[in-house]
Amino acid sequence: MSFYNTSISELHQQLVNGDVSATDLVKRAFDRIEETDDKLQAFLALNKEAALKRAAEIDKAGVADDQLLAGIPLAVKDNILTKGLTTTAASKILENFNPVYDATVVEKIKQAGAINVGKTNLDEFAMGSSTENSAFKTTHNPWNLTRVPGGSSGGSAAAVAAGDVLGAFGTDTGGSIRMPASFNGIVGMKPTYGRVSRWGVIAFGSSFDQVGWLTKSVKDNAILMQAISGLDKHDMTSANKEVPNWAASLDNASVKGLRIAVPEEYVSDKLDPDVREVVEAALKHYESLGATIDTVKMPHTKYGVPAYYILASSEASSNLQRYDGIRYGFRAKDVKNLDDVYVRSRTEGFGEEVKRRIMLGTFSLSAGFYDAYFNKAAKVRRLMANDFFNVLKDHDVIMGATGATTAFEIGSEVDDPTKMYFNDTLTVPVNMAGLPAMSIPAGFSKKDGMPVGLQIIGKQFDEQTLYNTAYVFEQTTDVHKRNPKLGGQD
Amino acid sequence: MNFQTTIGLEVHVELKTKSKIYSPSPVEYGDEPNLNTNVIDWGYPGTLPTLNKGVVRDGIMAGLALHANITHKMHFDRKNYFYPDNPKAYQITQSDTPIATDGWVEIEVKGKKKKIGIAEMHIEEDAGKNTHTGKYSYVDLNRQGTPLIEIVSKPDISSADEAVAYLEALRQRIQFTGISDVKMEEGSMRVDTNISIHPFGTDKLGTRTEMKNINSFNFVKNALEYEEKRQQQVILSGHSVTQETRRYDEPTKTTKEMRSKEGSDDYRYFPEPDIPPLDVSDDWINEIKADMPEMPNSRRERYVNDLGLSKYDAEVLTQTKEMSDFFDAAVKEGGDPKRVANYLMNDVNSYLNDQQVDLQDTKLTPAHLAGMVKLITDGTISSKMAKKVFKGIIAGEDPAEYAKSHNLVQLSDPAQLQPIIDDVLANNQQSIEDFKNGKDRAVGYLVGQIMKQTRGKANPQVVNKLLMKSLNAK
Repeated sequence: MSFYNTSISELHQQLVNGDVSATDLVKRAFDRIEETDDKLQAFLALNKEAALKRAAEIDKAGVADDQLLAGIPLAVKDNILTKGLTTTAASKILENFNPVYDATVVEKIKQAGAINVGKTNLDEFAMGSSTENSAFKTTHNPWNLTRVPGGSSGGSAAAVAAGDVLGAFGTDTGGSIRMPASFNGIVGMKPTYGRVSRWGVIAFGSSFDQVGWLTKSVKDNAILMQAISGLDKHDMTSANKEVPNWAASLDNASVKGLRIAVPEEYVSDKLDPDVREVVEAALKHYESLGATIDTVKMPHTKYGVPAYYILASSEASSNLQRYDGIRYGFRAKDVKNLDDVYVRSRTEGFGEEVKRRIMLGTFSLSAGFYDAYFNKAAKVRRLMANDFFNVLKDHDVIMGATGATTAFEIGSEVDDPTKMYFNDTLTVPVNMAGLPAMSIPAGFSKKDGMPVGLQIIGKQFDEQTLYNTAYVFEQTTDVHKRNPKLGGQD
Repeated sequence: MNFQTTIGLEVHVELKTKSKIYSPSPVEYGDEPNLNTNVIDWGYPGTLPTLNKGVVRDGIMAGLALHANITHKMHFDRKNYFYPDNPKAYQITQSDTPIATDGWVEIEVKGKKKKIGIAEMHIEEDAGKNTHTGKYSYVDLNRQGTPLIEIVSKPDISSADEAVAYLEALRQRIQFTGISDVKMEEGSMRVDTNISIHPFGTDKLGTRTEMKNINSFNFVKNALEYEEKRQQQVILSGHSVTQETRRYDEPTKTTKEMRSKEGSDDYRYFPEPDIPPLDVSDDWINEIKADMPEMPNSRRERYVNDLGLSKYDAEVLTQTKEMSDFFDAAVKEGGDPKRVANYLMNDVNSYLNDQQVDLQDTKLTPAHLAGMVKLITDGTISSKMAKKVFKGIIAGEDPAEYAKSHNLVQLSDPAQLQPIIDDVLANNQQSIEDFKNGKDRAVGYLVGQIMKQTRGKANPQVVNKLLMKSLNAK
């Protein structure tokens, strides 16, 4: 049985009342995974024994009123460190890597009593937009098994969309939460840079990376986000900002008078016409509820992808140097000497896309090229951030499509990196500015029946307005009520 | 052809903070390999640096001690390089915004004073240590992340002697801030040099050679002098100097080629994304200024002008902060400055040299030294006795009690001394005659006899006074 048509609050109430046990919920999750994962390939590792043990502990102790997450099954993207449970970042170079500590976000949900059922697939080191770059398996889209789930948090998105768990961690460096949320018809939140600790998250582009959640519902997302947010002494880039109870005020949310900016670039004719139609209908819906819509220009949007791929790859080229085959993870066999260990372990351990980005980043930082590439891209980043701040001076949110298309066919873009990169055109600008942004299910494409995401971008640390805005759409439409069939199975 | 020499020095100073610059691991030496490490020091996946504010404070203090401008808005940069003792494969350092810039120290060589400029100072992390034995190589990450300050001189140094004087001045000022032990023999001060020569009257600097990690002031001097001559010979024989890294070889007192530098290493510096930029407020700088110990030059002035010491004595006492602090404390305890100074410079220093220990490793206290000096000044003990009392106080004993229990008290009471004097005079009629005939030597002989009678305990001043009185009365 899936976790469709229920919620964290509802299950919590059942747990408190004793109508259901944590063990029941964990078993339900594993049963559902067993039912779906042959088709989806969303999980890289299952945490069955430890999860059931934890559930038994929680059942023994009982669930109190204020333990909202106790006994709730969740999944963790495999680039987030879990103590004693393999963490590979879907890379051969970290094959069998068994961390000695938990990421702060994992520690936080553990302390709240939530139960990690397993680790989800991703593009290797979160580099990709389709989850096809995993060294271990390709995850399939539950709405259409021949399609990609998006990336890089594709495993998490597919698991949530299939009702395996109520929520799954994603990380978003250039769209890796929002894109798969859009492709799978679920809710994805990338919070403000600094909102969530990155301690224990395998670094890709350190100045962009941020952890967030993929969930079926807006309220569940808000509840889970509150549990992982806040200052962490292990992460100097985590912000000392009060963490609101975002879920508490959702039922009073309204979009009356909400000032929405819609950048031309986010609804342009470069979008798939069916995607555009769904997004425009969603905007009209907001208008009908009393929001105002202004069309604005964000002229630097088109530079986002090239600038982002220079900056994030530069940081990645540095972050990934530590994987040398010596201290942890994969080491090449039959090596001649130390240099051979390094060269062969990295050559055999990293996939093609990761190597491409290491080379791109190394080149961009090299003496003689730094100014023309890294430095210029950093300037573009500032200009893009200014674009956002200017628009958000007199608007509450920015809206547009999350992706230009619906989920594409597996194998259709994987050999064309540039085409793949341009899937991120509408998501990377947000990471350049460090702003919070969500993707929510806006509707379905007439042409292929696949989900279409609406992207909502907010002011720094104003996740509340995003959740309110998303919640109103959810509560006044039926889009979220549809569930994927997984090739016929319900 | 006459040449002008240009020397630049890069000095690494290891800070003695409790914990590392980017991790909470302790900064400790001599422990079992890899004991003082954690996931951050291992460069483990998912780890992030947390900047130790104490290191920034120490860096600012060093900047102030070297008359530099403190940078108000600074960030950190990554320097990428691949090496087994560098587990992240990058060093977090400062490239764009060094913590302090444009400082100077004053040196004196052959009576001539000169200011040597400091281009910049930055804070960064040390690497681990590789050791190679036979088939295996070992990596010890205990040192990984130890905070360092790198101090880069301007090319103002024009001889090996100036280089050493600069290093000495630098060492002294840093030592007095208390942020580092600055000991070259222990590696808490390390020196990289670069040197070039060019014909007098021309502006363009010659091609430079570098030498890294020279570990004593003497070696720096020898290495630079040799290298200066070698470059002259290369040019005079019609060749040109190759830009390269050389190594100083102590047994032959020569420098040898290590590797030639074709182009430079590409460290691919970029701003460190894991540490947000730092704003240093004037308030903080002023706070650090207020905490800064008195610098050696100001102490020397005080010693000469207020305490009447010689310039030389002031110089010796300010070699280390420990010595100078000890001196100040002993004077504060009422010890006569000159006598305290003499004991520190002679007896104490030779003891430290003999035992190969530092002042703070002994049991000697300023109060005890001052106490002993007071016993000398008021005549309770003689300087000769003081030699014995010193053995007591260096072992932590109270000087007055030690003198008493070891019967080291001068005989100063005239009532006790007069009968002895009378006795000696009665037995030495010839000497009285000699004295009357103007032979002063007789007095010395008589004093000697009296001292012999008292087994050296008589207070010579009192004896002299009483003896003269008795002789004149004859």
